[in-house]
Amino acid sequence: MIIDLQRFIRSERPAWNELESVLNRLEADPNLKMSLDEVQRFHDLYERATASLAKLTTFSSEPATRRYLESLVARAYGEVHETREKRSRLQPLKWLRQTLPQTFRRQIRAFHLAVAITLVGCAFGTTATLVDPESRQVTMPFGHDRMKPSQRVAEEEGRTTDRLSGNRTAFSSQLMTHNTQVSIFTLALGATWGIGTILILFYNGISMGAIATDYIADGQVRFLLGWLLPHGTIEIPAILVAGQAGLVFARGLIGWGDRTPLGSRLRAVSRDLVTLSIGFTLMLIWAGFIEAFLSQYHEPVVPYEAKIAFGALELIALVLYLGRSGKA
Amino acid sequence: MKGSALPIRTPEGIVFSQTLAGPVLRFFAWLIDGLCVMAIMSFITGLIRIFELVSPGIANAVVTVTYFVVSLGFSIFLEWAWRGQTVGKKLLGLRVIDAEGMRLQFDQIVTRNLLRVLDALPIAYVVGGLSCWLSRKCQRLGDLAGNTIVVRVPVVSEPDLDQLLAGKFNSLRQHGHLAARLRQRVTPSEAAIALQALMRRDDFDAVARLELFEQLASHFQTKVAFPQEAIDGVSPEQYIRNVVDVVYRTPTSH
Repeated sequence: MIIDLQRFIRSERPAWNELESVLNRLEADPNLKMSLDEVQRFHDLYERATASLAKLTTFSSEPATRRYLESLVARAYGEVHETREKRSRLQPLKWLRQTLPQTFRRQIRAFHLAVAITLVGCAFGTTATLVDPESRQVTMPFGHDRMKPSQRVAEEEGRTTDRLSGNRTAFSSQLMTHNTQVSIFTLALGATWGIGTILILFYNGISMGAIATDYIADGQVRFLLGWLLPHGTIEIPAILVAGQAGLVFARGLIGWGDRTPLGSRLRAVSRDLVTLSIGFTLMLIWAGFIEAFLSQYHEPVVPYEAKIAFGALELIALVLYLGRSGKA
Repeated sequence: MKGSALPIRTPEGIVFSQTLAGPVLRFFAWLIDGLCVMAIMSFITGLIRIFELVSPGIANAVVTVTYFVVSLGFSIFLEWAWRGQTVGKKLLGLRVIDAEGMRLQFDQIVTRNLLRVLDALPIAYVVGGLSCWLSRKCQRLGDLAGNTIVVRVPVVSEPDLDQLLAGKFNSLRQHGHLAARLRQRVTPSEAAIALQALMRRDDFDAVARLELFEQLASHFQTKVAFPQEAIDGVSPEQYIRNVVDVVYRTPTSH
């Protein structure tokens, strides 16, 4: 245990201080980039600190200095041994043109699964509405079960005053935040090994199937398309993208056919999860805006054909964007 | 929670440990952050209310969106800007780090914060707290998804041995053979206790400090009996200082 602690500390202290100041700089600025010389020096200082720690640990003479060195090594360790690419500064245009669509396509199997689950839900909702009309009380949200579609259409088209007058922006913001919260919840339920995500997608499918069947059976197809398409062509895919993210998360958690440790699997998908989350949030902001400012206007104010054409154009643009943007 | 420390072995063969933060401390940090969000919102709401005179609808919309952005973005922004710390975590000495000790990534921060919607269920982070309690690394669901842990980061400063040992005459060194015997008989843990007592001497109040050094001095005097002239007029604290000097510094370096 006998070492000349004072001389040891005196000789090593400049290197520790230098390492500490580099770490302080790195921690103060997450985007700091060091030159090659600085990186080499940083690595040397780290190795020197670990060697000092090893020496002190061997002699077990002084706990305070050891703790200090441990804290330095712990702080420097992640910086030195990190192999993941450091995220560059935010480049919104590049992110929109490349990152989001490429990520969407990379995880396309999860998206297909989300679509399939929703379609099964739709089929269930359609069947339930046709076979047991009373089921509308549980399958139709937002008060759609309280009146027949033809009654609602007559009410909407005969309205002489704007019921959202002065509150359209507030309504739009409530739609955006509510839908985004539900979508984040859909993603987060991937933590239940995907069961929660599947249930939410399935229930959404049931609601959509039940409402669509109700309107079609009552002969209100034009109204249905004119009402739903302008915002639904973005909102429904956004929820499917949230489901896609939840299923990607669940796959990382379960690790089918993947023998890498849980931490590594989740680490591998975390960037895609964040990209998809930002993607569905942007889509829902757009959908909330359109729902408040266009979808709630009906004939004779806005012709249904114009709304249907607008919705169709949005869908084509979305498919082209997600399917083709960022391809080499 | 299976253990309070997480050992990490580096490729250089060094093992260091991170002290895991428990669920109760983390809950208090979350409460402080919640208060900060409320303060920010009340300030912003106060500003936005001015616009109610122009358009109440737009003012309501801005409040709704701002609350959503601030409540979700507060932790994400601060954990990114302050390397894993928020106001609450800073005040309580906590930090979010990568579970393997690597550099914390932005994606990890976003993922752990998005998962709060589950951890917060059904009320006051019961799910997150249970997850912390049951997990080996004290991780809530968001930490598991983001592969992060929350650790305690006490302020560790460099010990100043120069000020501690230098510049004082050491009467024990006048008796070389006894000093050598002292080095031989003092155990590492006894030496560490003496050194710690000297380093933390300013933390004690005067009476406790006097009692502590008297007890330590009488303990070390039983190890080796130095002649009376070597200890005459030497205070108990100075005696311990001399003992540490003898134990920690080889004769050639003096």
